[in-house]
Amino acid sequence: MSVTEKLPSATASSAGASHGVERQLLSGAEITCRSLEAEGVTTVFGYPGGAVIPLYDALPRAGFKHVLVRFEQWAALAAEGYARATGKPGVCMATSGPGATNLVTGLADAMLDSVPMVAITGQVVQPLIGRDAFQEVDITGITLPVTKHNYLVQRVEDIAPTIKEAFYLATSGRPGPVLVDIPKTLFIQKALYSYPSTVGRRGYQPTSTPNMRQVRLAAESIARAERPLIMAGHGIMLSEATEEFRQFVEMTGIPVIFTLLGLGCFPESHPLALGMMGMHGHKHVNDALDECDLLLNVGARFDDRATGNVNGFAPKAKIVHVDIDPAELGKNIRTDVPVVGDAGEVLRQLLPEVEQRRYQAWTDWIEARRNIALEVALEHQPESPEPYTIVREIAAASNGEAIVTTDVGQHQMWTAQYFGFDHPDRWITSGGLGTMGFGLPSAIGAKIGRPDLEVWAVIGDGGFQMSMNELATCVQENLDINIAVINNGYLGMVRQWQDLFHEKNYSEVRIGGPNLEKLAEAYGITGITVRRTVEIRPAIERARSIRGPVLMDFVIEPEANVWPIVPPGASNTEMMHERRFADTE
Amino acid sequence: MKKRHTLVVLVEDHPGVLNRVVSLMRRRSFNIDSITVGHSEQPGVSRMTLVVVGRDDEVEQVGKQLYKLMEVLKVQDLTEANAVSHELAMVKVAAKAQHRAEILQVAQIFDAKVVDATPSSLLIEAVGSEDRIDNLLTMLKGFGIRELVRTGAVAMARGAQATAIKDGRAERETVIVANGSAGMAT
Ligand SMILES: Cc1ncc(C[n+]2csc(CCOP(=O)(O)OP(=O)(O)O)c2C)c(N)n1
Ligand SMILES: [Mg+2]
Repeated sequence: MSVTEKLPSATASSAGASHGVERQLLSGAEITCRSLEAEGVTTVFGYPGGAVIPLYDALPRAGFKHVLVRFEQWAALAAEGYARATGKPGVCMATSGPGATNLVTGLADAMLDSVPMVAITGQVVQPLIGRDAFQEVDITGITLPVTKHNYLVQRVEDIAPTIKEAFYLATSGRPGPVLVDIPKTLFIQKALYSYPSTVGRRGYQPTSTPNMRQVRLAAESIARAERPLIMAGHGIMLSEATEEFRQFVEMTGIPVIFTLLGLGCFPESHPLALGMMGMHGHKHVNDALDECDLLLNVGARFDDRATGNVNGFAPKAKIVHVDIDPAELGKNIRTDVPVVGDAGEVLRQLLPEVEQRRYQAWTDWIEARRNIALEVALEHQPESPEPYTIVREIAAASNGEAIVTTDVGQHQMWTAQYFGFDHPDRWITSGGLGTMGFGLPSAIGAKIGRPDLEVWAVIGDGGFQMSMNELATCVQENLDINIAVINNGYLGMVRQWQDLFHEKNYSEVRIGGPNLEKLAEAYGITGITVRRTVEIRPAIERARSIRGPVLMDFVIEPEANVWPIVPPGASNTEMMHERRFADTE
Repeated sequence: MKKRHTLVVLVEDHPGVLNRVVSLMRRRSFNIDSITVGHSEQPGVSRMTLVVVGRDDEVEQVGKQLYKLMEVLKVQDLTEANAVSHELAMVKVAAKAQHRAEILQVAQIFDAKVVDATPSSLLIEAVGSEDRIDNLLTMLKGFGIRELVRTGAVAMARGAQATAIKDGRAERETVIVANGSAGMAT
């Protein structure tokens, strides 16, 4: 908890005497810290600068830890990693102007992936607002489309209620990022502090309890289906409903497919789990989508990378869509039975309305569509490390219990396809925005949020070079993170598209980089290079045995591709398969 | 089928709320035909009239997206309702002496008022439906329109019932989704 402030005692006691509740005269900076403490914040990720110097002046006395990053964008993504690993809102802070604009990508990332986050930015002193002052940007204007809501605080008295409201909005309904911009003047001014206990927002009432009529319609559709499928999304974890979901699946016997962000909401090792859908989903999953007569989407939006061309999406299916955000219903895909509500509440209402069933013929049909040739081929290990093997070995070594973050690209898809997620909130990846650089900072946030769990960051050599400056943060905080760079010497995913869809015109995708062992040495951490398949397992074991950050360089076949792939604009059933395994098509 | 929809949007009277609404419309590629904002009967609540063109499902999406803004308290589509939708126009018409009588006659037909006059011009103010204003302008065009301003529509449903926020709380009672089933309670 916070250390008691030293106050001008006369003011403090008179203020205390005149009110029932204890209220203290504090500076805006202290009020900001107190408010964050009141929200239970234990860690904030940030970077100081002119407009927040008074705030940073109060930080050493605050009851939470500040983690100094090396670039504000990674503060935002570390906050996201923290939020995704803990389920609590992530908090980041930055100065005005360039500090604030550096947060934008992180806010957009959190917005698209519905991650609860609160960003505090300093603003120039009030009399200078609107005059193009030094380091002034209109950050509330800039972030308007990438935040759930944002505020420019105008009075020191408003700081506490605004922060209260910001946390409420960030964490309730469909979670998202909220930005609070506070002019420097207000950090210095004083006000009586008391933290409000309620938030009154007339225009904000998320619907978490579903309309029973819709729940019954959903149950009726399920009862009539012969080939039902559940599409499981991130919302199940956001609503902390993995237990309800498991019960529901085991009761109804309906097979489950996952969106990229839905991985982990239900054990992939469960017999009813089929695997990931969409652009790099499994063949049998996309085939099942094509054939199902009922699709129950729980807590996922119909993102285009998941649906493929919407005209060819689940053409035979009646669509039941459960989402807490009414605007998602019918936005991208026609919906037959929309159900607005919190995933957990909907599942609890739905469970008594459904019957225990098994769909043997249907699951047999799906299983028969598995790409067996591919699975067999995966067992044959070439001399140089197969990306699949690296991912599987990491999963095996950590017993599937580790938190895994990724960057964006081929390595991200290989990890999604082959890790096998059995636990919620252990799979942390940038889905909606596809933010390169995400892997390392999100691992930092995740490790700080869950120091009890093993953390792996699987990162491409391109993305690593976007945020490798955060190695310094790992060292500074002595974080036990294993960084696995999947090094193909290419911006691999872009190269793959150029390979498949642009006649191998490899334009600007060859990417060199530093010698990673030497880089590790420069940061005073262990570096390990792996060039051969046989070295994978011992290297992983060595990394796991070392306390503190380890940087691993897995040198893989430069032109390995992610298979299968749905070409852009095609429907999910028009998947391309690796030439050697295409015969199963 | 695309058609013109008239939406009444009640919003909290906070700084920047117009910006939020307009920015939302732009980034979601919803076309605004016209937008007007002003006070409502309730203190602290502003009333916007938005005219948008789109298919029914697109306009329904507009409403749902608007509801995601914290300041938005109520969205009502008046298109199907029996509503009055009017705008105000001011036209400065070239009015040579020999045309003056004719212009005044046109103004009279359209219940328009002459609010200023000079030896060479008349400033005419008209209130009415968009069509009516369009017709007035067609009639005046021949004389030479020097300047024109139109406010865009403001609209209100006929009858005793009001577009208001019950017991001071935002309402999102029923939003019709896709096939016409109720998607939202509260
Ligand atoms: C900030 C950002 N810039 C560009 C892209 C486009 N992009 C997507 S994947 C990719 C290649 C990533 O290369 P690398 O990090 O080496 O991963 P690989 O695909 O090789 O595994 C690029 C450039 C992006 N997603 N994010
Ligand atoms: Mg690469």
